[in-house]
Amino acid sequence: MEESKQLEQFEAKIAAGQKIEPKDWMPEAYRKQLIRMMSQHAHSEIVGMLPEGNWITRAPSLRRKAILLAKVQDEGGHGLYLYSAAETLGIDRKELLEQLHSGKAKYSSIFNYPTLTWADIGAIGWLVDGAAIMNQTALARGSYGPYSRAMVRICKEESFHNRQGYEIMMHLAQGTPEQKEMAQDAFNRWWWPSIMMLGPSDDQSPNSEQLMRWKVKMESNDAIRERFIDRTVPQADFIGLKVPDPAMKFNEKTGHYEHGPINWEEFFEVIKGNGVCNAIRLKARVEADKKGQWVREAATAYAAKQAKEKAMA
Amino acid sequence: MNLQEAKFEYLLRLGDSSLIIGHRLSEWCGHGPILEEDIALINIALDFVGNASALLTYAAQVEGKGRTEDDLAYLRSEREYRNLLLTEQPNGDYAVTIARQFLYDVYTFFLYEELKTSKDETIAAIAVKSHKEITYHLRHTTEWMYRLGDGTEESHKRMQTALNDLWMYTPDLFDMNEVDAILINEGIAVDLNKVKEAWEKRVREVISEAKLEIPAANIKQKGSREGRHSEHLGFLLAEMQYIPRSYPNANW
Repeated sequence: MEESKQLEQFEAKIAAGQKIEPKDWMPEAYRKQLIRMMSQHAHSEIVGMLPEGNWITRAPSLRRKAILLAKVQDEGGHGLYLYSAAETLGIDRKELLEQLHSGKAKYSSIFNYPTLTWADIGAIGWLVDGAAIMNQTALARGSYGPYSRAMVRICKEESFHNRQGYEIMMHLAQGTPEQKEMAQDAFNRWWWPSIMMLGPSDDQSPNSEQLMRWKVKMESNDAIRERFIDRTVPQADFIGLKVPDPAMKFNEKTGHYEHGPINWEEFFEVIKGNGVCNAIRLKARVEADKKGQWVREAATAYAAKQAKEKAMA
Repeated sequence: MNLQEAKFEYLLRLGDSSLIIGHRLSEWCGHGPILEEDIALINIALDFVGNASALLTYAAQVEGKGRTEDDLAYLRSEREYRNLLLTEQPNGDYAVTIARQFLYDVYTFFLYEELKTSKDETIAAIAVKSHKEITYHLRHTTEWMYRLGDGTEESHKRMQTALNDLWMYTPDLFDMNEVDAILINEGIAVDLNKVKEAWEKRVREVISEAKLEIPAANIKQKGSREGRHSEHLGFLLAEMQYIPRSYPNANW
């Protein structure tokens, strides 16, 4: 079949709300964009295990420890699931990891900020996972079957993460003065990075009409950001934390909150690799990979020996 | 020592061991040799924290002084901890972690098997639930014993070294004192000589199948029953307990 005809059918399918499946024909640009998005997402999940993993050994109660372990285990599971989904596009996990380790592939800039106190674990669940959900519920309606199904499942677990984070913050905000201060400090540090993690504003990031038509991207960054802010500001008010944006106000006419200027310079610096933890996070991943090499080699060698024995038996 | 005191001590032994080995496994988070193992180790750590929580809750109840499981976990110091010396040993490389876990999993597999019929109903109920988890843990570590023992030359060497280094902590697993005497008499605890027999048999089988050798038993470390630990435990507790100790009036 001619390519123009294939493209026409592909687009008709998407317009009709059908999903594209791994063995279906797809334009190269579609495949590439999805590999980029899905691998970035997978990398974010596993790099994200580091800042949260930091606090497992120091979680202040057995209940908190168990919840945090369960949450971080979920993140690892999401990573695994997303790598597998990405593999349906004809690239393997090894190659994707090499791209991460060489710095070629990106992951969410948010994980290049440090987790300094216990309250940061609350802030990450509440804000970072909260922002991610906004983005991911949109992506769940995307056109690529394996990715959209992964999103549905991941969003369910992220909702639990979001609630546990908010619950930590609520508990701290109602606690001793020191706990309240800890919560406000974490909120101050994570607020701006969280609203920035949804991507540059629309005027700096014109949405490709094609990606929207192909249902790879579902909504503009600013639209998702607005939804996140509208949801989060009242939550902060409810537990008595102050949004660290003096310009933040509610617009009665539009029914939306309006935020002050975002420091995009900081955002682009972190993306470029100059955030507080970029080098540390990447190094941790590279070292884990390097230190694990002999383990993986042993597993491969053992499996080969077993296969050989079986063949001979 | 009366029955109540003996039971409290016994529950601390079981609960503390789970808590401490769970802590060690959770240190791997994000640093495992492959994503699947990262997930497995966190999952296993979570089982241990759950088990510790159940045991320490019951310990607090048996003690009857109004303490909670968190008081017991976070506000006891080195000499009050009753975890096995093996469980507090640092992670080392993956061979050390797997060897430590294997030796411990075989132990708890046979120990909890017996505890399922303890005359103490709560202990029996916890043992039933835990034994299902331990069965999976042991399968996981046994498979890794084979892979690393019979994998490459390097993995074999690392695994043998790990076993040699950890072996001296195994006599501590089977140490018994007055606590055991009182509880065995009541049908609550297990005669560890019986567990030892089963443990030795299984450990020998797996080590031989993994082309490894049983280490020489030159040094025999004991002491966990009296809260005499290796130097590592203090550092671990300092990290684990720092928040509740820093903010004594807060709850989390």
